[in-house]
Amino acid sequence: MTDLNKVGPSCTWKDLTEGMMIYEGGTSRQFKTGEWASIKPEYIESKCIHCLLCTPVCPDSAIPVKDMKRCAFDYDHCKGCGICVKACRFGAIVMEGVNK
Amino acid sequence: MARRDRLSGNEAVAEALRQIDPDVMPAFPITPSTEIPQYFSKFCANGQVHTEFIPVESEHSAMSAAIGAESAGARTVSATSSAGMAYMWEELYLASANRLPLVLALVNRALSGPININCDHSDSMGARDAGWIQIYAETNQEAYDNMVMAYRIAEAEGVHLPVMVCQDGFITSHAVQNILLMEDKEVKEFVGEYNPEHSLLDPNGVMSVGPYSITNYYMEARRAQAEALHNAKAVVKAVGEEFGRLTGRSYGWFEEYCMEDAEYAIVLIGSAAGTAKDAVDKLRAEGKKVGLIKIRMFRPFPGAEIAEALKNVKAVGLMDRTESFNDCAGPIGAEVSSALFRARHMCETINYVYGLGGRDVRVEDIEKVFEDLFDAAENGTADYYRYLGVRE
Amino acid sequence: MNNTVEIRWHGRGGQGAKTAALLLADVAFETGKFVQGFPEYGPERMGAPITAYNRISDKEIRVHSNIYEPDYVVVVDESLLEAVDVTAGLRKEGAVVVNTAKSVEEIRPLLRGYEGDVYVIDARTISIEALGRYFPNSPMLAAIVKVSGVMDRETFMTEMRGSYAHKFASKPEVIEGNMKALEMAFDAVN
Repeated sequence: MTDLNKVGPSCTWKDLTEGMMIYEGGTSRQFKTGEWASIKPEYIESKCIHCLLCTPVCPDSAIPVKDMKRCAFDYDHCKGCGICVKACRFGAIVMEGVNK
Repeated sequence: MARRDRLSGNEAVAEALRQIDPDVMPAFPITPSTEIPQYFSKFCANGQVHTEFIPVESEHSAMSAAIGAESAGARTVSATSSAGMAYMWEELYLASANRLPLVLALVNRALSGPININCDHSDSMGARDAGWIQIYAETNQEAYDNMVMAYRIAEAEGVHLPVMVCQDGFITSHAVQNILLMEDKEVKEFVGEYNPEHSLLDPNGVMSVGPYSITNYYMEARRAQAEALHNAKAVVKAVGEEFGRLTGRSYGWFEEYCMEDAEYAIVLIGSAAGTAKDAVDKLRAEGKKVGLIKIRMFRPFPGAEIAEALKNVKAVGLMDRTESFNDCAGPIGAEVSSALFRARHMCETINYVYGLGGRDVRVEDIEKVFEDLFDAAENGTADYYRYLGVRE
Repeated sequence: MNNTVEIRWHGRGGQGAKTAALLLADVAFETGKFVQGFPEYGPERMGAPITAYNRISDKEIRVHSNIYEPDYVVVVDESLLEAVDVTAGLRKEGAVVVNTAKSVEEIRPLLRGYEGDVYVIDARTISIEALGRYFPNSPMLAAIVKVSGVMDRETFMTEMRGSYAHKFASKPEVIEGNMKALEMAFDAVN
C-alpha cells in the first residue's frame, strides 16, 4: 500500500502513486479547503430550531450533525458559498454580503 | 505440443484470446478488425470462455468500458481499426495514464480521407505517443504469438501499461496461412492469473481512479509514466525470450535479417517485411550485401539498438507505411535518423512513404529501394524523403 | 520460390471465388503444404468483379503481395472475360480455366492473345445436376486442382469430404451433392 503521507506538493515523481491513484477513502478531509473562504457564514445558535434544512445543501459537508442536532460549522472545509444562509428559514445563519 | 493449423490473422488473434480467456471484452465492429469480436463473441455464446462480452455503441464507449473494467480488476481486451481507434483517442491516453494493463487488438487500416478500408499504419502511428506499448506483426503467426505475450508485458511489475497488438489489415488479417498454435493449457500457464494489487472491486481496499492532477503534480505524473514505458523495454525482451524457450519462436525488439555483413539495409514494420525478405534473398544471390531490420516493438522505441545494428551500413532505407504530413519524415524515418545521429553514424538515409491505403508492395518494389540505396551510397542524395510505388 | 504454385481467381461477388480460394488453401494445407489464400478487398458487392489468390509451396511463404504472374488463372464467370484482362501476366507454361458452356476454340479468341493452355468447364450444368442450384465454386475448385496437379484426385476428394463435413456440419444433406459436383468436374476437365 502506498503511503499517501509521502505524496505532497514537494514530492518527486518517484514518490507518486502509480497512475496517481488514491488508495484510501475520504482523503478530501485532509485538504483544508476552508482556507479558500474570505468570508464565512455565522451560526446563531439561539435562533436555530435544528430543522436540518441547512445540512444537506452544503456542498462541502461542512455542517456536522450529532444526535439530530446541527453542530458548529466545520470551518476547515466551509468555502463560504452562502447556500446555507439561503436555506435557513429562521435567521440562524447570517453571512456578510448574502441576503435572505 | 504445437498444433499445426491454417488461420487468417483475425482468426489467429481470436483463437489466442479464446485460450487466454480474458474477463471482459467491450468492442464495436469496424473493418478489417470486425472478425475478432465476431469470432470471439461466438466463443462467448458457446460457453468456451467465461468472458463478459459488452456490445457497446461506439469505440469511444468500447475504450471507456475497457478502462472501467480494467480498473475494476478485470483482464480486458478490445479490438479496432482506423477511424475506430481515432474515436478512442481521448481514452487511449487515459488508459495509459491510469496505468491499466489492457490489450487492444489493432488491425491496421488507413485513416480517412479519402475513405479507404485497406492497410496502412496511419492509425497506430498517429497514436504512437499515447503512452501505449506498440507491438507489430509480420504474419498471422506473429499476430497470434504477440497476443499470447501481450498480458505478460502489460501486467508486468513496473510496467502496468496498455499494449497495442498490431497486424496489417487484410494482408494478414484476412489471409489464411499456416500457423502453429499452442495448447490451451500452455497458453493459460504462460499468461497466468491476473491478480492486480489494487482494483475498484477489491472489497478490502478503497481507491480512486483518475484523480485530477494540478500543475504541481502533472509533470511528475508524466515522468513516472515515462519510466513505466522505459521499464517495458526489458520486459518485452524477457517475455519474448521466455516465449522462445517454450515454443521455439523467440522475439526481441526487432528482427535482423541478413544484417551481419550488410552494407545496405531497409528498416520497416509489418507484413511488407516478409516480401522484403524475398527481395533480400534475391539480391544476396546476386552477391549484394543487403539486409533488413523489421521493427517489432515501436513503443518504447529501441533507437540505440537499431543504430547499433546499422553501424556498418553505407545507406539505409527507412520505410514508413504512413504519411506524416510534416514535409520532412515519417515516424520510422524521424526516429531512426535521430538514433543514427545520437550514435554518430552518418550513413545515407532515404525515407520512403509506401503502401498507403493498401497499395501493394512487391518484391520488385523493394529491389528498387535497394537500387536507390546503392546509388545513394555512391553519389549521395538530396531527395531523402520520397514516395515508393506512386504514379508520378 | 520455384516450387511455389501461384493461382489467381477471378469471379463476381457472391459466386464463392473467395471461398474456393480459401478451400483450396485448406485442402493443400492438409496435404502438408505451406499455403496462402487471400482475397483482394475493395468495395465489392454482389456481382462486382473480385480477385482472390492462392500460393501453395513446399517452403514457408513470406511474400505478402498480390500475384501478378500466376501459374494458373481460374475464371469463375465467363462474362468477366470482356471487362477484365484475366490472363494478364499469366505464365505461358501455365493455364487458364474458364467456367463456360463454350468450347476452347470459342473462348481462346477472348483471351487477348494468351498462348498457353486453355481449359473450359461447364460448372453451371454440373452444379445444377449435382446440387440442383448454381454454385460454381465446387466444380471450379476441382477443375483447378486437376489442371494444376497440386494434389492427386484421391487425396483431394478425401480432404474435401472432411472439409465439407466441417463446413456443412449444420446441413449435411448438401455434402453428397458437393462431392458429386467435384467428381463430375474432375471428369469433365480435359
